[in-house]
Formats: sequence, C-alpha cells, structure tokens
Amino acid sequence: MSILAILLTYIFINNFILVQFLGLCPFIGVSKNSENAIGMGMAVTFVTAITSVICWAVNQYLLVPLNLEYLETLSFILVIASLVQLVEMVIKKISPPLYKALGIYLPLITTNCVVLGIALINITNNFDALQSFFAGLAAGLGFTLVMILMSNIRERLDYKPVPKVFKGMPIAFVSAGLMALAFMAFDKSLLTNLHLV
Amino acid sequence: MSGKNHLREFTKGFLEENPTFVIVLGLCPTLGVSTQVSNGLGMGLSALFVLFFSNIIISSLRKVIPDSIHIPAYIVIISALVTLIQMFLHAFVPSLYASLGVYLPLIVVNCIILGRAEAFASKYGVLDSALDALGMGLGLTMNLVLISLIREVLGNGTITLFPVGSWSGVINVPVLHTYPVRVMALASGALLLMGYLKAIFDVFMNRKKDK
Repeated sequence: MSILAILLTYIFINNFILVQFLGLCPFIGVSKNSENAIGMGMAVTFVTAITSVICWAVNQYLLVPLNLEYLETLSFILVIASLVQLVEMVIKKISPPLYKALGIYLPLITTNCVVLGIALINITNNFDALQSFFAGLAAGLGFTLVMILMSNIRERLDYKPVPKVFKGMPIAFVSAGLMALAFMAFDKSLLTNLHLV
Repeated sequence: MSGKNHLREFTKGFLEENPTFVIVLGLCPTLGVSTQVSNGLGMGLSALFVLFFSNIIISSLRKVIPDSIHIPAYIVIISALVTLIQMFLHAFVPSLYASLGVYLPLIVVNCIILGRAEAFASKYGVLDSALDALGMGLGLTMNLVLISLIREVLGNGTITLFPVGSWSGVINVPVLHTYPVRVMALASGALLLMGYLKAIFDVFMNRKKDK
C-alpha cells in the first residue's frame, strides 16, 4: 500500500471512531466542547504516530526473533503505557504551553483503544516502519477530525429543542450514527478510482 | 457485610450500574462485534472471564501492589488474562477468534475492566469483588446479546448461534430475511440503536426512581 492510500484509508474509509468503533469512550466523554476535542485529538495523534513505530520495532526485533509473538498484546500495552508517561515528562520539560494544552488528556490515552488498535492492525497488515508511522498518524488524524466535527455538533445541539429523554448522551449517539452514515460515502472504491491500489 | 449486601454487589450490574447504559464504558467492543449474536455472546463471555479473574487477583493483591504503580500493575494482570483467552479461543473456537479479530486483544483497554479494578477490586474483599465482576460481566453479556440480537434480526434477518451437530446454528427470520433493514448491520445502525436504547433505558430508570 502506498503512503497516500494508507492516509486515506485510516482517516476516511476505515475511520477509527465511526467505522471501527475504536475510541468511543473519549469520543462520547470529551466531545462536549471543541477546545477539549482538539486537545484530545492532538494528544492521541502524537501518541499513535510514535507508538506505531515503536511497537513495530518491538515486534520486528524482539518478539519475532524470540518466537514470542503471543506476548504481543502484553508487550504493546506496556510500551504504550510507559511511552505515554515518557511523552508526558518530555513535553512538560521542553514545552510548558503544549503541556498545559495536552497534559490532562495524556493519562487517558493509555486506555484509548485507538492506540493499541492501530499498533495491532499494523502487525496484522505486515506494514513496514514507514507505513506503520503513517498509519498511526492517519488513525490519529481521523480520530481528531471526527472529534472536532462531533464537538461542533454537540455545541449547537445545546441550543436546539431536543426531546427531554434524548438530552445529552442519547442524542449524541444518534448524531454520531447519522455522521457514520455520511462517512459511508468514503468507500474502498475511492482507492481504486484514484488508482492507488 | 450481610448476605443482602453481597447479593446487591451481584445484581447492581444488571440495572442500576449497568456497564453499557448507565456507566457508558466499554463501548468499543460492544458496538464493534455486535453484528452477530454468536459474536456478542463470545465477546461477553470472554470479557466476563477476564473481569472475573482480574477482579479476584487484584482484590487479593490490593495490599501488596504499591500505590504509585497500581495502574501498570493492573494492566499487566489484565493483559496476561487476555492473552490466555486469546490463545484458548485460537485453539478451540478458531471461527469465533477470527470474527472477533482485533476486538479480542482490545479487551485489555476495555474501560469496564480497568474501571472495576480501580473503583471496586482495589478497595473491597475477594468475595465482593468476585460477585461484582460476575454481575458486571453478566450485565455486559446481556447488553451485548440484546444489541447484537436487534442488529442481526433487523439488519440481516438471521439469528446466528453456535452450530450443534448437523444444525448450522443459523435461524432465518421470515420477511426480514428477504427484506432486511441493511442500515442496522452497518456502523451507523449500531450508533443509532445505542442512542435509542440509552434513551429507553433512561426513561425506564427514571420511572423506577420516581416510584
């Protein structure tokens, strides 16, 4: 797969939230206003891009030579947990403003399905280091895109006459469902039409 | 603690603290695999297994695990259990293993399991934690079966259970099998259904509270 095809696939066609249902907890929990949504999205993108490459390397140079592939899940989650901690410390040291913006979201990322999901999907698809990096980046960008769209929808919903029983979470799910319907326009045939496959 | 309280730890997972509709955690596998009843059941039972043993282990180790590294310690325990169930399904139910796909290893980051470890097993005794896990796990399984039943019947017109002997395990629903409501089988159907079920559940719970 070419880099452009990977970007299109994971941002639009296999969007992590709306198509694969990964990362729904922060999607519903943090999307109440657009500022938080952008912060969370950026933090996730940052982490997915880095962890994708490192998990790929761990698998390639540690697990495969030692025939320990069955420890994949365990070692990836450890890599992710420690990396998130490291990223938090590094950002705190080198860029306090960025830490202020992303700081509170970083601890939440360890248990975000997007991060572990893309690391595992990279291995299943036999991506190389560069492809893994871009797949991770695209997964994060797709997540950010939907988070921003959703937070804007929810900000407007606050001023609309929504039936009492649907207030809050139910209407958020219904809106997400309609958005998923719109995302179905991005189909695998998009790649064929653009001569990317 | 009296017997009545033990019972409450078990039953709260079904209604008052239903993992999907009240706490709204662990949605990714719930919506991701709920296209077939057999998948929903398989995922529910796998999560129940992991939740049950992680709660017991964490609860019995709660005085040993240092506070500053408790989250990584919990994650290691949970992911070891997930690896176990992954290997078990791969060896004995390969078809289920294939259809659960990436969602099976993702039980590690299912917020319900870490959530119960953090909110319950790290504070209470082994018996209560085991009952809490059983109740939560069965509540989760119930939700998964309910959601996948609605989605499969409407979206595909079938009910897929596990094959027994010569029976393929698939029940066809008349009319809907010929004219299925395809959208329910797709991603957006799951989100729409989740919204409506949450609204119905809220109305039901509020009515119960008013009484």
